[in-house]
Amino acid sequence: MRVDERHSIRVTVNGDAFERSIEPRMLLSDFLRHELELTGTHVGCEHGVCGACTVLLNGQSVRSCLVFAVQTDGEEITTVEGLTPGIGVGGGAGDEPELHPLQAAFRDAHALQCGFCTPGVLLSLIPFLEENPHPNERDIREALSGNLCRCTGYQNIVDAVKLAAERIHR
Amino acid sequence: MSVRHFGKPVVRNEDRRLLTGEALFVDDVHLDGMLHAAFLRSDHAHARVLEIDVSGARAHEGVAAVFTAEDLGDYWQPGPLLVSPPPIERLEFHQATQVPLARDKIRHVGEPIAVVVARTRYEAEDAVALIDVDLEPLDAVVDVEGALVENAPRIHEHLSSNLAAHVIQEKGDYQAVRDRATLLLSRRFLYDRGVSASMETRGVVADWSAKSGELTVWDTTQAPIPIRNGLAGMLGLSESQVRVIAPFVGGGFGPKIMMFYPEEVLIPWIAMRLGQPVKWIEDRQESFFATTQERGQVHDAEIALDENGRILGVHDVFLHDTGAYDPYGLTVPINSQCTLLGPYRVPNYYSEFRVVFTNKPIVSPVRGAGRQHGVFVMERLLDLAARELGMDCSEIRRRNYLSPDDFPHDHEIIYQDFAPLVYDSGDYLPALDKAAAMIGYDTFITDEQPRLRAEGRHVGVGIVSYVEGTGIGPYEGARVSVERNGRVHVATGVGTQGQGHFTSFAQIVAEQLGVEVEDVEVVTGDTGKFHWGTGTFASRGAVVAGNACRAAAAAVRGKVLKLAAQLLDVAEGDLELTGGAVRLMTDPARTLSFGALAIQANPLRGAVKPGMEPGLEATAYFGPERGSTASGVHAMILEVDPETAMVEIRRYVVVHDCGKVINPTIVEGQILGGVAHGIGNAFYEQLAFDANGQLLNASFMDYLVPTATEVPRVESDHVETPSPFNPLGIKGVGEAGAIPTGALFAQALEDALDLPGLEIVEIPLSPNRLFELIREAGTSSGGKRSRDNVE
Repeated sequence: MRVDERHSIRVTVNGDAFERSIEPRMLLSDFLRHELELTGTHVGCEHGVCGACTVLLNGQSVRSCLVFAVQTDGEEITTVEGLTPGIGVGGGAGDEPELHPLQAAFRDAHALQCGFCTPGVLLSLIPFLEENPHPNERDIREALSGNLCRCTGYQNIVDAVKLAAERIHR
Repeated sequence: MSVRHFGKPVVRNEDRRLLTGEALFVDDVHLDGMLHAAFLRSDHAHARVLEIDVSGARAHEGVAAVFTAEDLGDYWQPGPLLVSPPPIERLEFHQATQVPLARDKIRHVGEPIAVVVARTRYEAEDAVALIDVDLEPLDAVVDVEGALVENAPRIHEHLSSNLAAHVIQEKGDYQAVRDRATLLLSRRFLYDRGVSASMETRGVVADWSAKSGELTVWDTTQAPIPIRNGLAGMLGLSESQVRVIAPFVGGGFGPKIMMFYPEEVLIPWIAMRLGQPVKWIEDRQESFFATTQERGQVHDAEIALDENGRILGVHDVFLHDTGAYDPYGLTVPINSQCTLLGPYRVPNYYSEFRVVFTNKPIVSPVRGAGRQHGVFVMERLLDLAARELGMDCSEIRRRNYLSPDDFPHDHEIIYQDFAPLVYDSGDYLPALDKAAAMIGYDTFITDEQPRLRAEGRHVGVGIVSYVEGTGIGPYEGARVSVERNGRVHVATGVGTQGQGHFTSFAQIVAEQLGVEVEDVEVVTGDTGKFHWGTGTFASRGAVVAGNACRAAAAAVRGKVLKLAAQLLDVAEGDLELTGGAVRLMTDPARTLSFGALAIQANPLRGAVKPGMEPGLEATAYFGPERGSTASGVHAMILEVDPETAMVEIRRYVVVHDCGKVINPTIVEGQILGGVAHGIGNAFYEQLAFDANGQLLNASFMDYLVPTATEVPRVESDHVETPSPFNPLGIKGVGEAGAIPTGALFAQALEDALDLPGLEIVEIPLSPNRLFELIREAGTSSGGKRSRDNVE
């Protein structure tokens, strides 16, 4: 596979189908951010440690900096923009789409400061919450340990996950 | 009566945008025709540049341009000295600032040599690999003490040695009290480097419009206004032709206040030269070399105490590593020098430091900014003295605290803001008592620890204090206006990197104007919206810009009342502001909405009367004469496994005094994050340079930022001594959590391990290093004595 040989891929991102011709070496993170302009996915380290670029690939959390975009041909991807369909599409105050329960819990528990790691944290924890509807603190910290956050000290993120779990299953 | 907003835990205005991926960060800027830059950086720490051949790179597909130092012509200049030395007698300072691209010489690994601009970042990096550089490696200066030995390799040819500065500050007469001390205790203390590790690396996007003659720069800086002013000067433009936007910034922690980074100088120049927008985003590996770092110091300190454990004086001589250049002046070592005094009465103090150049990345403030070192030295001296005197660690602090009657307290030395180090206010004992009570200090020592020891477990307690000079000048400003839709707009110059300014400033303004917090829109860090100010550093945003917001909002309040009184034909004193409207207190039906008033204040016909201004808008500034002194006590209970040297923090308590609290949720968040950063500094994070100045752990695989499984739950509480230096009575909090953690770890570890020969006099530790220290202490029982200077 030559570097300059381009490949056509079709992916479904947040429910929308896209077809693009790309270099085989293009990372999924760069594809989402720069080809599709879905810039909510952030890049923190490009070596798979910080977790900021986490997205869902067929419902599973993956680090988009460790996946080549060509590997996702025919697959389904969810980014942070997909958590609140309709976000950013016109409209003024008052008719904003409802936040995902985990997003709302993050706001209510002050689980974000600079917000750069937040999209990746959300997309790591949403599948976790689906599989673990009543997680304890240790489970949450374990699930969160693949995401680096320099601002919060993690405590409020842990609390937000508990809060979201309570609200979802109330 | 209107609803109170100041002091309330309101949710943040900015969160929705951040949570949904809508917030704009620098790398999210996409412009038509935008090119991408990548840098060739030196693999050597110290080398002479013999030849650079960029022909292969220039010929590569997709490459628009390649620049070396030679191509920059007169634009190639060493950067400015950001902070000149403070007015201290006998001070010696030698300036050597960073250059845009290395010309003759390389002075640290990662120093940029050439920049490639191409259609994509991928192509730019391909072309970087095609540049041939011929370097002649030189011996590197890595060790701070080695920097000053005779015949050490010289880093800057224009200087006679690697000495960057020499500063002595003293009060009283240390030598005189030394002779009458009951206990003299001296040690060598080491503190080593880490990185700030903001999750967003640095980045710059520049766009020059020849048609409008305007340059727009998006920059991850903490100081957009000084960047604008400096860029204008360098590029031969007026300030008004340059707009710098620091949009959402993914964490700052200090290094993003550094200016000017080479990339900040080059990207706008290239964009103007090529007539196309250019983007550069630092990758994580680059960040380990190209972004500033902190914390290399070696202290030789001595404390003199009387028989009651009262401090007679402290003598400290230290070396500070500034890296390859010293653009940030003396801020960091001056902070170390001043913060060492802590919350204590220290009648006699002699502090002398030398700043040295090394072949390592540049040092500028990182969250704490030198304060850690001072706190570590003082707290450790007190702990070791307490041990000698058979006194409890909390008791020796108690005996030495300044009392509430001592304020304002003049330490008789000069602080980083060039003003005398004067503490405005504080009350330290209640904070200590509260922290001790929260963690159960006494019962831990009397009951719990003996029981755990009997079980063979190694669990210890620590309790330490610190003060932090915050909220320094020179000034910040804000413009507040009531818009025609009835909402309130606030613009201020400070950039924001997660501190919640969009909310805390909104709370301050909402309080004055009687509107809801979510109806106040705050813009920070866009020089197109507000262009007076300095930046976000030194835990000063809330204090300085916050008070400017208050003053501007109070002025708008005055305009609202004046206009409404005219229109309703009543006295101003009979009116109240509530719910985004003005109403007559005695007849609430007589009301005018802010929107209606804003329209009335900007008429299309008639005349604005003399002495009146159109609009409901005001700009105000706040410049504190000197900073406000925050303080706090941290306590922890920690368990260590001596076999593996792994630790587990069982409890962590913070009691903090940042004066009046604007938003307790945000304040607590700042503290929690600071503690996590401090834990990283204390036990996990250390940059490993080899003897050639090569950084061996430049990735998050090898440099360990703490994760959710290392950082414990932190319990926090407050005491409140309002600052008399600003109308809101607030003090800064941004750096507080990170400052005393190393000292706390050391005390708690010694208590947990209870080994006679174990003294912790260095930070960062790591499980490996702690294992070595435990082994050394075990094999040299009584070894501590041989290193003691106890008299």
